[in-house]
Amino acid sequence: MTDPAPSPNPRDAGNWAQPVDRLSTAGVQAGGMRLNVEGRHLTGPIRGFGQMWQKTYWVRLSGAAVTPQEVVKTWKAEFPNFWPRGNRFYGPLTGIQPGEVAVLNLAGPGGVTAPGGTPVIATGIMVIYADETSFSFMTPEGHILAGLITFSASEADGATVAQVQALIRTMDPLYELSFRLGVGHKTEDDFWQTTLRNLAARFGVDGQPQMRTSLVDPRLQWSQAKNVWHNAAIRTAFYLPVALLKKLFGRA
Amino acid sequence: MTKPNVTMTVRPLDKACSAIDIRGEVTAFAENVLMDVYTQATSAGARVIILNFSGLEYMNSSGIGLLVTLLIRANRQRQRLLAVGLSEHYQQIFELTRLNEAIGIYNSEAEAMAAQTTARVEARHD
Repeated sequence: MTDPAPSPNPRDAGNWAQPVDRLSTAGVQAGGMRLNVEGRHLTGPIRGFGQMWQKTYWVRLSGAAVTPQEVVKTWKAEFPNFWPRGNRFYGPLTGIQPGEVAVLNLAGPGGVTAPGGTPVIATGIMVIYADETSFSFMTPEGHILAGLITFSASEADGATVAQVQALIRTMDPLYELSFRLGVGHKTEDDFWQTTLRNLAARFGVDGQPQMRTSLVDPRLQWSQAKNVWHNAAIRTAFYLPVALLKKLFGRA
Repeated sequence: MTKPNVTMTVRPLDKACSAIDIRGEVTAFAENVLMDVYTQATSAGARVIILNFSGLEYMNSSGIGLLVTLLIRANRQRQRLLAVGLSEHYQQIFELTRLNEAIGIYNSEAEAMAAQTTARVEARHD
């Protein structure tokens, strides 16, 4: 038997966020519905309810003279610009860095929004890891997905490939139902494929995103069914009338 | 594809428990190496697998993803996954990603094995 002696501080030390008890939106850009983030705990795939999926989406930036480092630098700097219409990302004032929090205002399934194009789900993410060729988000309580989403770029067969990889469970039984009906999966798949198409267009490439999906764990974690209490879609639905009135009277 | 910059070896501790010594970098490129050693340990009958991270030099978020998928495989086989040799930095990453809620962290292999023995005895008495 060996006595393990932990290695000293490794070179990834500056790439990781510190553990946090609860999220704070203090460093987030102004605007949007800042609901379901402040004071929430981070979750991750361990704490989700639904089946665990690993979904990988990628696009080859064929013909673009751009390195993986340049792609990730641009992706971080212009992250909201690549999102599908109807979805808004209010990023950290300091940019995408480990430990920073962002507020998300998302459209519903099929891109559904409230009157005036107002998103219908307010939630957030925390940047848990970032380096020159990748960065990762984890989600707070109430988000649709309990998971880890990694954005990266690498070189393969003479071209730079941009990738999104999500290791996810749905957060609660209601979200799981939408995934079982296929609506959740389609929304998720469309979201990231559109993002990658927009990213490719940024580099002048008419990209054709690919995807690969695998079911990592078919079981449900019933002990996490209580997550429904924080369901961001339900809570946002109650808040939306207030948000619409604020918008109407110019106090958004 | 970039080669994995990691070596992993299986070290049986008793008939139901094996350690996996991890040296180098745990990234997406380590997937095949990790799954191979896990299969070796499982084939040898391990019900408890202790991941020895004392030689860990680097881990990114894809590495954490690998550990999550390994955990799911182990759970489905009704195996227990434990960790030893984690520096304070990596213990914080386990805390951040909630892996510490599913993978027991111990200071030494002896402590990890003793905890499992106690848990088995208690389970028998329940």
